[in-house]
Amino acid sequence: MSDAPSSNFTPAPLDSSKRTWLIASGCAGAVGTVALATPFVSSFAPSEKAKAAGAAVEVDIAGVKPGEKLTVEWRGKPVWILRRTPEMMASLQKTDAEVADPKSLRTAFPTPEYARNEARSREDHKEVLVLVGICTHLGCSPVDRLQAGAQPSLPDNWEGGFFCPCHGSTFDLAGRVFKNKPAPDNLEVPPYMFLAENKLLIGEDKKA
Amino acid sequence: MAEFKEISPNAPLGAKVGNWFNNRFPTAFAEYRKHMSEYYAPKNFNFWYFFGSLALLVLVIQIVTGIFLVMHYKPDAAKAFESVEYIMRDVPGGWFIRYMHSTGASAFFVVVYLHMFRGMLYGSYRKPRELVWIFGCAIFLCLMAEAFMGYLLPWGQMSYWGAQVIVNLFSAIPFIGPDLALLIRGDYVVGDATLNRFFSFHVIAVPLVLIGLVVAHLLALHDVGSNNPDGIEIKKGPKGNRWSPDAPTDGIPFHPYYSVHDIVGVCVFLMVYFAIVFFAPEVGGYFLEFNNFIPADPLVTPSHIAPVWYFTAYYSMLRATTDLMVNVLCVIIALGVVLAFLKCKCSTVMKGGLAVIGLVAIALLKTFDAKFWGVVVMGGAVILLFFLPWLDRSPARSIRYRPDWHKWLYAVFVIWFMLLMVLGIMVPGPIFSHPSLSWFTNELVAMIGTLFYFGFFLLMPWWSQLGTPKPVPERVTFKPH
Repeated sequence: MSDAPSSNFTPAPLDSSKRTWLIASGCAGAVGTVALATPFVSSFAPSEKAKAAGAAVEVDIAGVKPGEKLTVEWRGKPVWILRRTPEMMASLQKTDAEVADPKSLRTAFPTPEYARNEARSREDHKEVLVLVGICTHLGCSPVDRLQAGAQPSLPDNWEGGFFCPCHGSTFDLAGRVFKNKPAPDNLEVPPYMFLAENKLLIGEDKKA
Repeated sequence: MAEFKEISPNAPLGAKVGNWFNNRFPTAFAEYRKHMSEYYAPKNFNFWYFFGSLALLVLVIQIVTGIFLVMHYKPDAAKAFESVEYIMRDVPGGWFIRYMHSTGASAFFVVVYLHMFRGMLYGSYRKPRELVWIFGCAIFLCLMAEAFMGYLLPWGQMSYWGAQVIVNLFSAIPFIGPDLALLIRGDYVVGDATLNRFFSFHVIAVPLVLIGLVVAHLLALHDVGSNNPDGIEIKKGPKGNRWSPDAPTDGIPFHPYYSVHDIVGVCVFLMVYFAIVFFAPEVGGYFLEFNNFIPADPLVTPSHIAPVWYFTAYYSMLRATTDLMVNVLCVIIALGVVLAFLKCKCSTVMKGGLAVIGLVAIALLKTFDAKFWGVVVMGGAVILLFFLPWLDRSPARSIRYRPDWHKWLYAVFVIWFMLLMVLGIMVPGPIFSHPSLSWFTNELVAMIGTLFYFGFFLLMPWWSQLGTPKPVPERVTFKPH
């Protein structure tokens, strides 16, 4: 104990080569730990099965009348198909000045080349709007507020569009986000193409 | 090492057994004395001091009920919702165990919020108790993670969309965000992989960390000793009491004095707790949200989603951070720099440095989306608590001896915090339906509340020094009864 009168123990002189080896084996241990942690961390990544489950979806939209919306599932997400009426198309000009990114130029959720226009749809079927129904803010699915006019939680000059119930972001009838809302980006337009007049393929846009 | 003690063969059996163990495992006896029978706590504890031991009680309730729930629950996206309903309807006593667990989650936050507020009132985080407070804040963070991941397990609509929103918070982080969110989910959307890993974290990983932190919290507390409502250090006062000549005169042994005292608190707590478990387990949709009785549907978000009540204050800070808030923050930073130039008694180099920092901050604020800053605000509001020991510069430790207006300031802080909670539960948008008040939105009020919350903490080094403190007595104030 500490109150022992004297001690016969004399510490050996410091052997610096031991210190070197301690540091070397410590470094080797650290490398080994990183190597060991790699498979554990990588097990958090999506599995091969999850990666494979992203096939394109074929949709028949013959039954969708003007003003009606159809929701289908693609990669586990809701995809909306809205056939807009002429009035709905006309509303897009009025909202041009009020939306944050009217020309869809932002790149966080890149809009396909063919949809980078006011209506955010293909030229040949301008009235058909195809959107991933997931808010670009935090991933809620916005709800339809297709009817124009004043209503709860919405401005009085509402022209019709979508409203995210989670954080109050609003989108016009082309999925463009209004200014000063939590969502930074317009709703995502997925890759899509028309196989026939009323047959849509969602998830692919290159003609085979 | 203790000497091996012999005991008289005529000693009673109990004493013999005690001696047998004491010779072989003296640590158990020493620890019992250190933490129970010879831990001297100040004798002037009041109502606020019940919540520490109550938090420990709730932790035990959650662990025990959790063990039993896992026996029947299935962490599989196809079966999870059904298995919870199975527990509720078919498992004998299952409803009781589950309601104890779900009510326990809310009770945990009630007790912990009150426990933290006690620490703020009496300056329990101040030197030498900084680490006790920091371990406590880490426990609070763990508890939030535990509650959030546990909430996904019933796989109802609120489980699903709540997880979707919170995991997407991480994707707002610039550059690494989207990949990080993918690693958390283990899939491109919240799905079976997410459910399984959240189950693993909720049941194994986080509870282990939580228990470790609780042990550290208590050990650190018992090393430095408990604070008290007067904020007077009893170890610096006179020595010697009925039990020991070295113990502080104003201290009493934790056991039996406070162990028995806490049983009163436990009884009252359990009355309220079981009243909720038996008669109102949903508490009108606040403890168990009604939308969570609908199975998860990845295609439809419920028309109104809000987190459970204990997260809503921080959630409304997130919602309040729009472009407007970012602009307001830029103006505040600019004003701060101007003020530093006019008032700060520091060198020109310092002032130049401050100006550069301010400009960089404004540039960053405008570069990244408001969405990212919302996440920073929400996280920062919790992280800020860790720094409280160094933000408080008041000469008096306890609120009792601070200027009276400090009490009002704390009251306003509590009111704002509760208001933020209420705003987080309400739907976003205008609060009143009258068109002339349409500018008066939930987000606007929440923004003012958020600024107050941050102002309260970040300006504390200045305001806590203002005013004259009252004279602090030599000994703790205590009336025997």
